[in-house]
Amino acid sequence: MDIELSDEQRFLQETVRKFLEHEAPLSAVRQRAAAGEPPLAPGYWSRAAELGVAAMLVPEEYGGAGSDEPVLDLVIVAEEMGRQIAPGPLLPGSVVADTLAQTGTQQQKEEYLPQLAEGSLLATWAVGEAPDSWDPAEANTSAGRDGDDWVLSGEKSSVEAADVAGVFLVTARTDGGMAQFLVPRDSPGLTVRMLPQYDLGRLFGDVTLRDVRVSASAAVGEPGAIEKSLARQYQLALTLQAAETVGLLERIFDVTLDYVRSRYTFGRPLASYQALKHRIADHKLWMEASLGLSTALARAFAAGDDNCAQLASVTKAHIGDQSLTIISDCGQLFGGIGMTWEHDLHLYLRRATANKFLYGSPAQHRERLCRLIGL
Amino acid sequence: MTSEQESPEAFGARARVWAAKNLPPAGGPEGLYVDDEEELRVVAEARELQKLIFDAGFAGIRYPVEYGGLGLTREHQLAWREATATCRLPSTFNVTHGILGPTLLEFGTHEQKQRHLPAILDGRELWVQFLSEPSGGSDLAGLLTRAERDGDTFVVNGSKIWSTGAHFSDYAMVLVRTNPDVPKHRGLSMLYLPIRSAGVTVTPIKLVTGGSHFCQEFFDDAMVPAANLIGTENDGWRIASGLLFHERNMVGGNSLNDHVSPGGGEGEADTIGELVALARAVGRDKDPNARQLIGEAIVLETLANPTISRVNAQLRAGRMPPPAASLVRLMSGLSQYRIKEIALEVGGTRAMMADAGDPVGIHAQRWLGARIGTIAGGSSEMQRNGISERVLGLPREATPDKDVPFSQVLANRRQAQER
Repeated sequence: MDIELSDEQRFLQETVRKFLEHEAPLSAVRQRAAAGEPPLAPGYWSRAAELGVAAMLVPEEYGGAGSDEPVLDLVIVAEEMGRQIAPGPLLPGSVVADTLAQTGTQQQKEEYLPQLAEGSLLATWAVGEAPDSWDPAEANTSAGRDGDDWVLSGEKSSVEAADVAGVFLVTARTDGGMAQFLVPRDSPGLTVRMLPQYDLGRLFGDVTLRDVRVSASAAVGEPGAIEKSLARQYQLALTLQAAETVGLLERIFDVTLDYVRSRYTFGRPLASYQALKHRIADHKLWMEASLGLSTALARAFAAGDDNCAQLASVTKAHIGDQSLTIISDCGQLFGGIGMTWEHDLHLYLRRATANKFLYGSPAQHRERLCRLIGL
Repeated sequence: MTSEQESPEAFGARARVWAAKNLPPAGGPEGLYVDDEEELRVVAEARELQKLIFDAGFAGIRYPVEYGGLGLTREHQLAWREATATCRLPSTFNVTHGILGPTLLEFGTHEQKQRHLPAILDGRELWVQFLSEPSGGSDLAGLLTRAERDGDTFVVNGSKIWSTGAHFSDYAMVLVRTNPDVPKHRGLSMLYLPIRSAGVTVTPIKLVTGGSHFCQEFFDDAMVPAANLIGTENDGWRIASGLLFHERNMVGGNSLNDHVSPGGGEGEADTIGELVALARAVGRDKDPNARQLIGEAIVLETLANPTISRVNAQLRAGRMPPPAASLVRLMSGLSQYRIKEIALEVGGTRAMMADAGDPVGIHAQRWLGARIGTIAGGSSEMQRNGISERVLGLPREATPDKDVPFSQVLANRRQAQER
């Protein structure tokens, strides 16, 4: 994050770091995965919520954290979670909470926000559709009017924390434009099929909606008039994903630097070979660019800048590619040890790989940039 | 700062009104790709514009008042840049104001500063640095040009190369060897001289792009008065290091030069607009490959400022040492190279088969000069050494010549070559 954090933000950073080191060390992430246990240990997310991590974007009157700079605070949490490959649906939960806070009805806010803030209810964002269509404005799940109800049908793919979410925010297309609905997990016609775990610490599932009936009060924002809300969701998701990825990137880069300094061959440290030093210098450069972009995006989102959409795609395209280039080369520097289950490198590689494609690949965002500038 | 000092906002507002009336709009010919005649016209115009800005009281914003500057702050400078963002500026003076002026200010005597800084700020004197030599540029301290002291005069012999615009500049700082019998860094001195002096021959070098923007200089018993020594004799490496710091600082948009954009260098041009126009002109605007490449160019253009801001913030906070400016230098070198490569890919054969002045053909010309940013002012490899060794603290490269008298280094080299 920024070089100039406030004292409160430094304290938040320190608190979250200690909490995660204690509650979700990498060794525990690895063990749970090996034992086939779900990523979230019992009580973990509600204890995290006690630190306010789920309440950053919730208004104070609904149990929110009441910070002066809620977006930057949340970005600090996302970076820390990335640093330690921590489990927990921070990104989709924050998108749902923000959407409700920005466009929800009084009744929706009262019903959901306090529970989300305290971690007693997990919400997730059912936005993606096969094959890797992530822009909420491009969803094809249908929503049709039937009397006072809406009837939803479609397939949502790779929904984070679909195993534990109590409620889904489903993006759908109506005859009159895009709409989104809060769909409780136990709604008839909603089925979840969990997918094999690749990114240790996170589980994703495909969600099928077959004639799922919700009342008109389940719509968040006015159906057909939520373009701004969808744009904001996408920007927020990309902002938090960037923060998480630079957090993990900075950490694994530091660990790799320690290794090349201490590993000796032919009587000299690996770090003394120019062939390696020059690659490391390039990684440092593009990592600094990643950190600079992530911060610029967070500030642009917090300020509601006009260039936020473009900056979000630039940031994703850069970080999505560079994070894998750098982490993969860290693997080359580690040599065989980096290929082992017990080494941390694969945990970082797995999450960065998942982040490269979730919410749009770098190639999709380069194409999006062309459209954004009118090409 | 006195209580009477004008606020940056008020300064900027005043500058905006003045600039709108007095400065021509931005645009016009581009540094490396203009022909020689056009270049001389641009230089003459820059001298006039600089004089105009000086007379109006806007020149040398951060230079001290006693040497003709305004003695104001970086915030005033940023206000000026914002106020004149759409104006044509005398960017020919960038190097003079951003590198040589600050070096003279830091190391020169009061007399030297009094004599030259006002002339630098009012458009009379363009300065340039003579550092690289035909025998090498990266190993600057291994230079061969020598200066022998004869009473109050230094007699200079040797050759320098890659000086930008020496043929139209007025003064040069020249790094010379004054003592060959000590290790290389300890026997150097920094002199300055009028370029049009007896014993100095300036030869423009014709580049692949057709123009001649860099020069080679030959010194044949050129006489430089001892009063033109900057700092003390044999302390030239310290001054050269200061000069190089100011150079890196300028790339980061943080120098005493008022006119550079925060992105520095070529960021001022509408690179993306040109690429889009190129794609349309050659019918590749719907081609998915071309669109991927243009997307990549947008990424590279956009990441420059956030990266510079982050590096500058870390420099200011003392979290990174001054050599971190190499990060910015490496970034702009690699990005600008890649963007030119992208334009070539988008333009394809049409770019090569068009006139050099044509909006399509210009991209094939730029490609020929694409390496400038990865070579000039320190190659990318030197920047990578700087980043890995001085920013990250990794072990330094071996330097067998470091503690050996320079004359011995040369003798060893001859011996090795004969073997």
